[in-house]
Amino acid sequence: MKPIWYFVGLILLSMGAVVLASGLYRLVVPSTAQTVLQELRPDIWWGAIMILAGGIFFFTNRKPVSE
Amino acid sequence: MESIQLAFPDWLIIALYFGFVLGIGAYLKKYTKDESDFFLAGRKSTSWVSGLAFLSANLGALELLGMTGNTFQYGMYVAHFYWIGAIPAMLFLAIYMMPFYYSSRINSIPGYLKLRFDEKTRVLNAISFGVMTVLVSGINLYAMALVLHTFLGWNWDASIWVSAATVAAYVTMSGMLSAMFTEIIQFFLIWFGLFLVAVLGIIEIGGIDEVFARVPTAYSALWSTSANAADNGMLVTWSGIVLGLGFVLSFGYWTTDFLVVQRALVAKDLRAARQTPILASFFKMAVPFLVIIPGLIAYILANDPTSGFSLLQDGGVTNYDSALPLLVARYYPTGLVGLGITALLAGFMAGQAGNISAFNTVWTYDIYRSLFKKDASSAHLMWMGRVATIAGILISIVTAYWAKTFPSIMDYMQAIFSWVNAPLFATMLLGMFVRWITPNGAFWGLLAGMGSSFTLFLAVKFNWIEKSVITLSSVSSDMAANFWRAWWAWLICFGVTIAVSFVTKRKPDEELVGLVKGLTKEAATDNVPWVKTSEFYAVLSLVVLIVLNIYFW
Repeated sequence: MKPIWYFVGLILLSMGAVVLASGLYRLVVPSTAQTVLQELRPDIWWGAIMILAGGIFFFTNRKPVSE
Repeated sequence: MESIQLAFPDWLIIALYFGFVLGIGAYLKKYTKDESDFFLAGRKSTSWVSGLAFLSANLGALELLGMTGNTFQYGMYVAHFYWIGAIPAMLFLAIYMMPFYYSSRINSIPGYLKLRFDEKTRVLNAISFGVMTVLVSGINLYAMALVLHTFLGWNWDASIWVSAATVAAYVTMSGMLSAMFTEIIQFFLIWFGLFLVAVLGIIEIGGIDEVFARVPTAYSALWSTSANAADNGMLVTWSGIVLGLGFVLSFGYWTTDFLVVQRALVAKDLRAARQTPILASFFKMAVPFLVIIPGLIAYILANDPTSGFSLLQDGGVTNYDSALPLLVARYYPTGLVGLGITALLAGFMAGQAGNISAFNTVWTYDIYRSLFKKDASSAHLMWMGRVATIAGILISIVTAYWAKTFPSIMDYMQAIFSWVNAPLFATMLLGMFVRWITPNGAFWGLLAGMGSSFTLFLAVKFNWIEKSVITLSSVSSDMAANFWRAWWAWLICFGVTIAVSFVTKRKPDEELVGLVKGLTKEAATDNVPWVKTSEFYAVLSLVVLIVLNIYFW
């Protein structure tokens, strides 16, 4: 059975990728919807942090554990 | 208010979450082979898995919304719920109670009552716990639909049925295993989904020092305003905090509520079971960064006319629970909004799964097998667990619609923990540490404690007596009444249990081996370096707790 940390990694990786991609898209095509501190691009760096954390969990827990 | 608008990336993240939890349920089904796998996840969990699930079972979305709103009202005082109102109890469970729970190989808390006392005490607790659990699950479902409807404009019926059907699907497939997996995923989603609110809020205000500089002194104090109830917004003195919250409510919940204790019982060995609440205690102490800081930020922004921030008003009454969703809407652009909403959804759904998995275990082992089918096979019990899961979800849905029709039921539910858990803690404490406590003493004490708590609640609610009679203070809030009612229920249960035990027959010592201190072999820590013992980590946790309380005195 895959350990729970594998699934944690997978979900953080996939959601982080969506957040990062959304942030990069907004960089190219600015949105009309304004949020406070949007100039800091929180979606880009937070998405990147999620991908990094998810990647660590995912790639270090690919081996199945005993049932 | 205008609903928060979701775009494609937000919907994609929400869809990913639903896909993941259903996929995990299906994946784990092939590893759920017998009743032990279904109800106790095969008793193979490490302390990290059990520890995070233990914490997450308590870290629901209702709590996140409610505690952020409470911080807006009361300031740092709310941290009492996370520090003195949790940590000492979690450490006591680990060090003193877990050896009895784990070593007796029970499947549930009522199961311990059966071994230590008798069948009637077990059934009394099983029924009250079962009723409490499905009602709380239904109220959570109602609250979730309310939040989704208010902030996102989502349809009531769709919110209730889609989330309930999803939880029913994955818990029915793989029981406790999938409940714990989704709880751990919820833990990470809540941190990644909501911690950014605190980060961006601190940046906007101008630093953490500036946050504390811009709130009233009483808002950044834990104990210095507790000598007089009128000096703090919660209208509670230090004695109410220590006796009601820190002792009875906290110990009653963390040491006897099967919803959380079940996560420790599934650990692979006694050491892992003892480490479970200790590990969870460190993360519990960090939760105020998710709720207290955003609550203070919301307070500062709401009091700054230039910020354009204000809480939602429901018919002229401030909706404090709106603080966190409104901060999410303020700071989170597309994509991140979906992540924040998913974190709240995960909190609601994992909380519901936790309640249902605890309910199906207690129903199957402590009511169904105990009263109706004593010779049930493992396969039959697993089948019954699945039936109980579906039935529990359906009762939750009915409760959610009931709450929608009569919202005042929420007031009753808020007090339900002190009806069931506060007296049970007295029963457990006496049962584990005093060998001459009798089965009849435990039964009548528990009944008297639960009855008195319920009666006191009704007496205050319908003005039969003044609130000050139970709070011993001329000024007090509903929360203060909750704390004090728990204390009196505990004391009455404690007194009646002892009194009845004096005049009724005790169990012979040989039947109490492994269940009572003095008749049980102490937990072996041989061959484990002292830095790896549970006691060492418990002391470490206690030191962090003391430092935090002194720092925010």
